[in-house]
Amino acid sequence: MALEIRGLSKRFGTVDVLKSIDLTLDKGGFLVLVGPSGCGKSTLLNTIAGLESVSAGEIRIDGQLVNGLHPSKRDIAMVFQSYALYPNMSVAENIAFGMEMRKVPKAERDKAVALVAKTLQIEHLLDRRPSQLSGGQRQRVAMGRALVRQPRVFLFDEPLSNLDAKLRIDMRVEIKRLHQQTGTTTVYVTHDQIEAMTLATRIAVLKDGEVQQVGSPSEIYNTPANLFVADFMGSPSMNLLEGRVAKNGGAAAITFAADGAQPVTLAAPTGADLSPLRDGAAVIFGIRPEAISDLQSVDRNAKTVATFDAPVEIVEPAGSDTFVVTRIAGQEITARMRADADVRVGQDHAFAFNLDRAVLFDPESGNRIG
Amino acid sequence: MTAADPVIAAREPVRHSTLTRVVIYTLLVLFALVYILPLGVMVMTSLKPLDEVTGGNMFALPQALTFEPWIQAWSEARIGVSETTGISGYFLNSIKMVVPAVAISTLLGALNGFVLTKWRFPGHNLVFGMMLFACFIPFQSIIIPMAVILGNLGTFGNHLRDLIGTSLGFGDPIVNLVLVHVVYGLGFTTLFFRNYYEAFPTELVKAAMVDGASFFQIFRRIMLPNSMPIVIVTVIYQFTNIWNDFLFGSTFAAGDQAPMTVALNNLVNTSTGVVEYNVNMAAAIIAAAPTLIVYILAGRYFVRGLMAGAVKG
Repeated sequence: MALEIRGLSKRFGTVDVLKSIDLTLDKGGFLVLVGPSGCGKSTLLNTIAGLESVSAGEIRIDGQLVNGLHPSKRDIAMVFQSYALYPNMSVAENIAFGMEMRKVPKAERDKAVALVAKTLQIEHLLDRRPSQLSGGQRQRVAMGRALVRQPRVFLFDEPLSNLDAKLRIDMRVEIKRLHQQTGTTTVYVTHDQIEAMTLATRIAVLKDGEVQQVGSPSEIYNTPANLFVADFMGSPSMNLLEGRVAKNGGAAAITFAADGAQPVTLAAPTGADLSPLRDGAAVIFGIRPEAISDLQSVDRNAKTVATFDAPVEIVEPAGSDTFVVTRIAGQEITARMRADADVRVGQDHAFAFNLDRAVLFDPESGNRIG
Repeated sequence: MTAADPVIAAREPVRHSTLTRVVIYTLLVLFALVYILPLGVMVMTSLKPLDEVTGGNMFALPQALTFEPWIQAWSEARIGVSETTGISGYFLNSIKMVVPAVAISTLLGALNGFVLTKWRFPGHNLVFGMMLFACFIPFQSIIIPMAVILGNLGTFGNHLRDLIGTSLGFGDPIVNLVLVHVVYGLGFTTLFFRNYYEAFPTELVKAAMVDGASFFQIFRRIMLPNSMPIVIVTVIYQFTNIWNDFLFGSTFAAGDQAPMTVALNNLVNTSTGVVEYNVNMAAAIIAAAPTLIVYILAGRYFVRGLMAGAVKG
C-alpha cells in the first residue's frame, strides 16, 4: 500500500472539517479526491503533505507512519493551485530549490534540472522568471519542481483550475502521460468531475468531510452509492425522477405520476432487487442522459429497453451530441441524441430508455437500492 | 447653418479644455511658489554675506555670491558653548545613529511581520494589537522610563569595562539612541510588514516548507527578496523619522555625541554674539539635505510600495 489513511479526522476549533476518513491507494495508483467546494479535499491533501496537523487518525506512506513528520521529510512533492513559483528566482533555480535545501551538490542539481526540463519541454525557459511565463508554462515548471524530487507520492492541489478550458484539456493529457511514464503514486484534488474521471485509477467522492464513495471511475459512474455521487458525477448530471414501486403480480415496475400529467410506468431497472420494498414505496429513479436516446441509437445488447413518446421542449446542439430536454409524467429529463438527430422543439419524439443502466435510490437515506 | 454646426460643436470642447488647463496650471504654479519660496529664500540667504542679509531685502538675489557661510556651517561655526567645529561632526553622529537604527528596526519589523502572518500562533492578534499600541504612545511619555533603563545599561557598561576592558557599547550615547529608535520604531515597522505579508501568498511559504527550507531560509530566500516595495517604504519612513528626531536626540545624547538636529538647534539659538542668518540657513539646508534627497530619488517608490501592498490584498 503506497498510501493508507485510517480514521483521519481534522477539527478547526469546533468545526469538524474531516470526519474519520479511510482511504487506501496502491503503488503507482492515481487517486482523485473530488467534491464540491468546502468538502475538505484540500484539507485532506494538506494533512497528507504534512502542512496541516491531524486531530485523529493515521497516515502511512509505504507503510511508514508519517503523522508527526515535517513535509520535507515525508518524501512527497506538491503542485499547488497557484503553482507557488518563487518570483525572485529563475525557472532553473525554482526547480533546483528543493535540492539546494537538501545540500545536493551543484553539478548534480544542474543535471537533474536539465533532465526534467527535457521531459517537460521547458529547456528554453530555464533562465526566465516566473512572471515572464504563460499559465501553461508555469504549470509545467511547477510540475518540474515536483518531478525533480522523485518522491514516493505526488500531490496535486487543483493544478488546472487557473487555466483556460483548452489549455486545461491539453495539460490533463500531459499529466496522464507523465503518470504513465513515471508510474509515481499520485493524489490529485479537483472539483471538476471530468478531470476526476479521465485521470483517476481510483476516485474518492467527498462531501462535508466524509467519503461518499471510493472506487474505480466506472464504479463511481455506473453504480453510484448515493444520490449525491449520482448527481455530482457526470455532465450533464444524471436524471433523477420521483416514482413509486408498482408490484402488480409478476415483474416489478416503477410508476411516475405528477399532478396534471399522465402517469407513466416503466419496467424496473435490470437486475434491481425490489423484494425488500413494498408496493407503493417511494423511490428515486436515476438514469443518465446517454442512456436515453432515440430508437435507432439504443444499445443493441441492452436487455431491457422501454420506449416512450414525449414532446421536445429544448434542443441543445453541443457539436458532438445534441441534448434534448423533455418531460416524463411532468418531470423534466435530459436525453442525449446523435448530433444529426431530427429533433424539433414542440414535436413529439420517440425516446428509448436503456434500463440496464438505470439505478434506484431510497429517497430518505439517499442510498442506492440493489 | 447646418454645415457650421459641427464645426462649432467640435470647437466647444477645445475651448473648455484650454480654459480649464489655464486655471489648473495657474493654481499649480501658485502653490508651487508658496512651497518653494521658503526653500528659495533659504538658499539665497545662505549665499549672501551677512551685511547683505541684515541690510537688504529677503527676496533679493545675492549681489555678492559667496560660499563662505557653507564652509562656516560645516566646519567652523560655534555650536552652543563648545568649540568651533561646525556641524560636520554632528552630521556624522546622525549618520552613525540613523543607519544602524533603520537597518535593525526594518529587519526586526520584517521578522515580526513574517511570524505574525505566516506562523499563526494562538493569541497572534493580541500580540499584534499590543505592538500596534506602541505606535500611539507619544514620544514624551517614555522619556523618563527610557532614561532609567539607559542609565542602568550605562552602569552595566561600566562594570563590563572594569571586567573585560570594553563596555561593548553599553552606555555609549550613539548606541543608546539606536536602541531607543529601534524600540520606538518597531511598532511601525511591524505594522508595515505585517500588512504586506498578510497579502503575500502563503502557498509560497508552503512550497518552501515542502522543499525543506527552514524558518530563516524561507525568510532570507523567499520573503525578503519579494518584499522590496515595503522595505523601501519602511526605510524611507524610518529614515525620515529618525533623522529628523530632536526629542530623543537632545535627551539621550549630549555634548559632542549629539545628533545633527540638536547641533542645528544649538547653532541657531545662540544667545551670544551676532545672529549669522546666512550660516544658520546653510546649516539648516545641510541638515535637511539627506531627507530631501531620499524623497527626490525614492519618493515614487514610497507611494508605489504602499499601494503594492494594498492592491495585492
